[in-house]
Amino acid sequence: MDIPNSKERRDFLQNMMKGVGYGALGIIAWSSYLSQSQARNLTLRPPGAIFEKDFVRTCIRCGMCVEACPFDILKLSTISDQISIGTPYFTPRTEACRLCPDIPCASICPTQALDLKSLTKENKLSITSARMGLATINTKTCLAYLGLQCTMCIRACPLADEAIFLRSERNPRTDMHAFLKPVVNPDFCTGCGMCEHACPTTVASIQILPLAISKGDIGSHYVVGWKEGDEARIDEDSTEVTLEKTKRSEKSAIDNLDDVEGILKGLYDE
Amino acid sequence: MNNFLYRHRFLLSRRIVQIALLTIYFGGNVYGWTVLQGNLSSALVFGFIPLSDPFATLQMFFAGAVITTDILMGVAVVLFVYSVIGGRFFCSWVCPVNIITETAAWLRRKLNLTDKKKRVSFSRNIRYWVIVISLGLSFFFSLAAFEMISPIGIAFRGVVFGFGMGWLFLVAIFLFDLFSQSYGWCGHICPLGGFNTLIGRYSIVKVVHDSDKCVHALECFKVCPEVEVLAKVGRESVPISGACIKCGRCIEGCPSDAFKVSIVNMASMVKG
Repeated sequence: MDIPNSKERRDFLQNMMKGVGYGALGIIAWSSYLSQSQARNLTLRPPGAIFEKDFVRTCIRCGMCVEACPFDILKLSTISDQISIGTPYFTPRTEACRLCPDIPCASICPTQALDLKSLTKENKLSITSARMGLATINTKTCLAYLGLQCTMCIRACPLADEAIFLRSERNPRTDMHAFLKPVVNPDFCTGCGMCEHACPTTVASIQILPLAISKGDIGSHYVVGWKEGDEARIDEDSTEVTLEKTKRSEKSAIDNLDDVEGILKGLYDE
Repeated sequence: MNNFLYRHRFLLSRRIVQIALLTIYFGGNVYGWTVLQGNLSSALVFGFIPLSDPFATLQMFFAGAVITTDILMGVAVVLFVYSVIGGRFFCSWVCPVNIITETAAWLRRKLNLTDKKKRVSFSRNIRYWVIVISLGLSFFFSLAAFEMISPIGIAFRGVVFGFGMGWLFLVAIFLFDLFSQSYGWCGHICPLGGFNTLIGRYSIVKVVHDSDKCVHALECFKVCPEVEVLAKVGRESVPISGACIKCGRCIEGCPSDAFKVSIVNMASMVKG
């Protein structure tokens, strides 16, 4: 060992390890903030936003969509909003998306975090293709479900009769009135939030939830037999198999019950 | 008074540029001006010239995001500008955090907090490690890691779009720079500063030192935020390169005009 240099070497190593210590502390603090920032939340994004996980990594946080919004509905999150910092969002109860037909927010997005392609139908901008969330009704607090006449949400809805329609039902309590219950059709609801904004109950009884939470998925193992082509899906999916059995195993266990002798001898007797 | 203005001509110009940029971006958001829209991450000049932060884009790439041509064109424009006037000109002429840290440094000098014996000294190379860590964390968390905590973004978005509680972060940096480490954030930790140093290395416009004029007053050493770049000052006539942020403080402070802004060609740089 090189004795004269050992002090220097020791200092060098010690300094290096000092750096490792600071680094570890910093990385842990930083990582925990990053992982918490990915906690699932109820953030509603502007029209055309891609899936939340892709959105937070693709959005460059320039805020041009917020600037482009002519009604100042979009906000840019700050560090205290518990929304991934610097990203756009809106709160329908305060201000709902007005569904501008020229879609200024998604048009100016430089990163395609707001994907204009998803808002284009036959080469034309189609804001009604937006799926920002889905209106969800609490039937215990909705005035119409209690039997009062309300119709606020359907009157506010930009796609009334499609995204929200009224279902007429007999009211058995009075036996002479009708319920006019609003029902949301997920095939049309854009999640703009005009209904939530208009709802007269103290806490809105119709609320926009992000699709990640509110949208169901039937999966592939149910077959909707009355839907054309869905049955054929099973044939496409199934693989051809062969299963070779012995003669005895082709019969059921009960049929084999009395053939003790055959089983003991290992013989199969027709 | 005129003398004061002249002696602080770079400082005042920089403050005017920094505040003007904040104002123009602010007007872009609030009044719909189209001179500059967006912010320091990505912007549009006059509605069509794209600008994008190369470091943010690199993090997004590591996070697995799809990078669009709009963003790449913006990065190309910024890289072109940096290759002419140097990456770190951003730090002293554009970045709003620079106002905070230079104020802290000024106060630190006034309060005489620069006692060498008691000073905690961090390595200036920390910023390069922070770049590596940023990219690593971007990869592991699928998020642009530094953009999530960047005080530059917090400050700029804060002015243009509203602060929330983000200003506390800026107060912390001010206190850190004032009491713990001179130019602690900008000169030691900030990975964007490190990144800009790396990509602006061969810029054409530089501050150049003339050692024949130097009278060894050491005024430049007192005010320079990146004193390591002055290593050869007084001994050789060299362009000041590396981490120089082109703030012009040395030009203002020098009693014998031994510094000036100049265009340096590649050949003399390789030689120097």
